[in-house]
Amino acid sequence: MRYEFNWGMLTQPPYSEWIIDGVLTTFHLALICWVLALTLGIMIGVCRVSNSRILRFWGTAYVEVFRNIPLLVQLFIWLFVIPQLLPEDFSSWWNRLDAVPYWTAVVGISFYTSSRIAEQIRSAIMAIPQGQFKAALSTGLTPFQMYRYVIMPYALRIIIPAITSEFLTVFKNTSLALTIGVMEITGTTRKIEAWSFRGIEAYAVASLTYVLTTLLVIAFMTWLEKKYYIPGLIKRDTGHH
Amino acid sequence: MDWAVVTANAPLLIKGLITSLKLAAVAIALSFPLGCLVAIGRLSHRAWLSKLCGGFVNVLRSNPLILILFWFYFLMPILIGKSINDLTSILCAFVIFFGAYFAEIIRSGIQSVGHRQIQAGLSSGLSYRQTMQHIVLPQAIRAMLPALTTQCILVLQGTTVAYVVGYDELLHTTAMIAERTGRPTEMYLAVALIYFLICYGGSLVSRKFEKGQGQ
Repeated sequence: MRYEFNWGMLTQPPYSEWIIDGVLTTFHLALICWVLALTLGIMIGVCRVSNSRILRFWGTAYVEVFRNIPLLVQLFIWLFVIPQLLPEDFSSWWNRLDAVPYWTAVVGISFYTSSRIAEQIRSAIMAIPQGQFKAALSTGLTPFQMYRYVIMPYALRIIIPAITSEFLTVFKNTSLALTIGVMEITGTTRKIEAWSFRGIEAYAVASLTYVLTTLLVIAFMTWLEKKYYIPGLIKRDTGHH
Repeated sequence: MDWAVVTANAPLLIKGLITSLKLAAVAIALSFPLGCLVAIGRLSHRAWLSKLCGGFVNVLRSNPLILILFWFYFLMPILIGKSINDLTSILCAFVIFFGAYFAEIIRSGIQSVGHRQIQAGLSSGLSYRQTMQHIVLPQAIRAMLPALTTQCILVLQGTTVAYVVGYDELLHTTAMIAERTGRPTEMYLAVALIYFLICYGGSLVSRKFEKGQGQ
């Protein structure tokens, strides 16, 4: 293997600036998408287990549509197809935005991820003993209050590990945004490689970003899981109710 | 909307679809055995082997597929010393990447069988190999089937990533047609429907396996 390393070039402009921009873009894109997907996913997940047949049907349809179409195809649809199907006024406003690819990525990745989170929420809710629901209702709580004060605090704790892995999935999936022109870290290092022909150094930066963040997130979530551990809850995997 | 553009380009779409399916099939056929080896390595008593396999799985699972693809695209020619065709790089990236995911599924499948089964097998006079072959693996494979099916769907969805290096799978074919005809709306909706039907079908199979386990 003949390859001369030049790690120094990474610290020089313009590459150093590109890298900082790319890492930051990856981070805020992932965070925005994750928060949106979590909100949406919780609502859809609750629909999936509700007593209403209509809500259940639409919840299921939502999950199946977003989860069974590859994310890349969804991104292209959000970029090329949806603006054309919407009213003229909206599309012209949308297309005049500064960062259309970025917001397209936000919408696309959020919807895709929300379908996965909805499934996690659904199985977490199903893992809660029926008695909890009945007890909450019989103390006079409304169904909304029951979810807000009893079921959700319970379910959210059970799914901490699943939500962690979903965050990491979102974090990795932001790399697909490069296909629609968002310069996140993978796209940036691809560009650096094209400019300098130094692929190993460039891609090492991207890989290191992903690996280090993964380690940090896992450490944080392990701590969180311990902190909010429910006494008496033996193990989430063993209870099939 | 004018759906004639889809029917007019149907032969190209079918060709793209077959390429995607072939790519997924070869990737699965090669990454599954790799996953088996890595999973067995991870469960090994030799600490170095188990650490090595664990590191392999964790590093690959914390990187996005698209980046792994770029790595192979750039590295393979340097490592081998001559340029290789696109398909080889793509396949190498897919096999290594999905091998890590299969390894995790297989490992948790084997671990779900439980220690006592192995002890019972060994104490009734079976060898380790016989215990694995007749007691552990049949149960493990049944436990893994839903997750394996889901993973196969994810491999098919993952083949769309080959788009970024311009490989003519279904998505890239569609993008070319959309650009040439100027009708992205119909083309992308059609391709979304194709992926949906296949992946939804796959998820029904996976659910069937899951139900079968309930008993």
